[in-house]
Amino acid sequence: MSEKNIDPKACPIIANHIKVALVGQPNVGKSMLINSISNAHLHVGNFSGVTVDKTEVLFDYKDYHFTVVDLPGTYAFTDYTIEERVTHEYLCAEDYDIIINVVDSTNLEKNLQLTSELLTMNKKMVIALNMSDEAEKEGIAIDEKYMSELLGVTCVKVSAATKTGIETLINTVVEVYLAPKKDAKLIFSEAVEEEIATIISYLQKHNYEARNSYRNIAINLLKENKKTYAKLHDNPIWTELQPILIEASHHIELHHDTDDIKEAFAEEYAAFNRGIVTEVVKQTQQLESKSLTEKIDSILIHPLFGIPIFLFFMWGLFQLTFTLGNIPMEWIDGFFGWLGETIAPTISNDDVRSLVVDGIIGGVGAVVLFTPNIIILFIGIALLETTGYMSRVAFLLDGFFHKFGLHGQSFIPLVTGFGCSIPAYMSARILKNDRDRLLTLFIIGFMSCGARLPVYVLFAGAFFGADMAGNVLFIIYVSGAMLGLIAAKVLKMTAFKGVDEPFVMEMPKYRLPSLKLIWHTVLTQTIMYLKKAGTFIAGAAILVWFLSNYPHNADLEKAYSVKIEKAVDATQKAKFENKLAQEELEQSYLGRIGKFTEPLFEPLGFDWKMNVALQAGLAAKEVVVSTLGVLYSMGSDVDETSKSLADNIRENIPFASAIAFIVVIMVYLPCLAATTVFAKEAGSWKYAVYLFIFTSVLAYILAFIAYRVTLMLT
Amino acid sequence: MKKLLDCNKGEKVKVVKLNASYDLKQRLISFGVMKEASIEVLEHAPKKKTIEIKVGKMRLALRDIEAATVEVEEI
Repeated sequence: MSEKNIDPKACPIIANHIKVALVGQPNVGKSMLINSISNAHLHVGNFSGVTVDKTEVLFDYKDYHFTVVDLPGTYAFTDYTIEERVTHEYLCAEDYDIIINVVDSTNLEKNLQLTSELLTMNKKMVIALNMSDEAEKEGIAIDEKYMSELLGVTCVKVSAATKTGIETLINTVVEVYLAPKKDAKLIFSEAVEEEIATIISYLQKHNYEARNSYRNIAINLLKENKKTYAKLHDNPIWTELQPILIEASHHIELHHDTDDIKEAFAEEYAAFNRGIVTEVVKQTQQLESKSLTEKIDSILIHPLFGIPIFLFFMWGLFQLTFTLGNIPMEWIDGFFGWLGETIAPTISNDDVRSLVVDGIIGGVGAVVLFTPNIIILFIGIALLETTGYMSRVAFLLDGFFHKFGLHGQSFIPLVTGFGCSIPAYMSARILKNDRDRLLTLFIIGFMSCGARLPVYVLFAGAFFGADMAGNVLFIIYVSGAMLGLIAAKVLKMTAFKGVDEPFVMEMPKYRLPSLKLIWHTVLTQTIMYLKKAGTFIAGAAILVWFLSNYPHNADLEKAYSVKIEKAVDATQKAKFENKLAQEELEQSYLGRIGKFTEPLFEPLGFDWKMNVALQAGLAAKEVVVSTLGVLYSMGSDVDETSKSLADNIRENIPFASAIAFIVVIMVYLPCLAATTVFAKEAGSWKYAVYLFIFTSVLAYILAFIAYRVTLMLT
Repeated sequence: MKKLLDCNKGEKVKVVKLNASYDLKQRLISFGVMKEASIEVLEHAPKKKTIEIKVGKMRLALRDIEAATVEVEEI
């Protein structure tokens, strides 16, 4: 919902707008706080250019229109993850009136680290001491009045969980918004204060004009803030200022016994925060020797039982995703089938009807079909994340996955890939670091998805005995996964070369999940999937429909319609219809491409029919079996269980070619829908092109090897 | 010098120095792993590939290579 849609009556015309930037470290309950504001409109989008969700909350209070932008959680301004970069850039460059800094009352000292960085931003600010109810339970008493005084920033106690203090917080925001800006009180050690004073007096002497206070400019210069540097660099005073700064840095670095000014400042901030915490926080009761979180951790990340317990959870999640998800999937499938059948008779033009029914309804249906899986999986992932268990998973599995250049959390998208690549690509979002996520995205396709199963079943059944088919399937799946891990290792050593990204991760407290928050996350992600991927996928489905249906050959259709009419019985009629379908596909654009590329795939032992099946399979793996059915004249209405199709394939396809065919299915792109989602999650279509080249070349090489080796062995 | 990686489960130590590269150092510092900070080692993953520590009130997971860059001393 956008601002324009708000009922104008809800707020007087004289209303003022207050734009709030909501900032905090991860796991401080920021999203929950936003959800606890009543009568608010949520507006979900993306930060421009990146795949980071941007939630804006719009609401009216008294005479004010509020827009609250929920910035991604960030520990400090180190620009380590996309989220941190987005937050930092937003705070520096965007237009907003006031910052609400959300902090976790139960862990004030750590949270103040970000706060102290925010204090030098020259913006009005209010601090929300969240989780104050929890802090009370733990016997932590915070004197927020004294804290406001010490920091020069108003602090308000709130609890998103019990919805207390929210109104006070909004009132305070209005007060601070109306009042003139006060300077925050951030006091450093003597050495730093001395240098700040030197720089201030220098700036005063030269009457340097600036919007920010001299003190903040001095601090930013000492911290080597790039933006402040850039500003002063073009000023004539720079030539004199530079030697002063160099001298100052030396002094401070010497004082802190380091050669890194950022480290020195981090220690300064930490000392300041420790001071604040000692002044305002009173621990009235001693904590139990072992907190609940530690007790749970002693089981869940147990060196021996930790991994089996996790595997059990994953197994449960997959059972749910693909058994429970199948029920609504059948309804959806049925609905779109019914829709097509109902609409078809109302359109008289053959081409338009085919476009609407087979192209649009078929394509959109294919997108909507995956929604139940996605919803269930996202509920599972949201549960894992909000409870704090996800970090434990990374902790347990990182040892194994790091060997292949992956991250502990890569496990979840990879396992999801065995079900369907689309939710797998989407779940790779849990990886916060760009390179870890990209590498994981690149190998998800190696985990054979459910849609490839029919092809495997068909070929395994056709070429191996019933007793062997199961083993063959198992080998296909396992070797696919191993291939993926090897590919990760190779990519890590080539395309993703470089030093390892650090793995330093918070293990948050275990929390009970908030239903409202999970509902909200799942809903927005599902809507985003339907909206963004849906438009692309529907378009692509229409393209494939076009390629396989055009050009029409009128002579062919006429010749067959005569034959079909003259057919003596239903079987013969069906036979002719199939024959027509086959010949039409053969002369369609898709068929022409298949024939044209025949020489290219000859070394793999494929004929043009197999080419067409594989190329149609780029759209969706489900199409492979039905295309093979059409091409081997079994009619398009076949599935992997059709005995006669298996017989036909066994008679027509040499064993070695079949092996090569399976290898290609294992390695190349899962489907068009997944590729679209991949491009979106990777952040650029460029990566989709890389993925296409990478998987296609690898599929070709491996299939060639498989073909030759099988030829030699048989 | 003793490294954080060498510490046993349950041991409490104080950070003396960070020998990490620039990026890693910033990352560690943003989590409060800096000079003078006291750390308790909580848990080891299988084969000590990752370790769980407690800094202040926060629990933190580190890889073995990263834990090896933190110099510590016993309190």
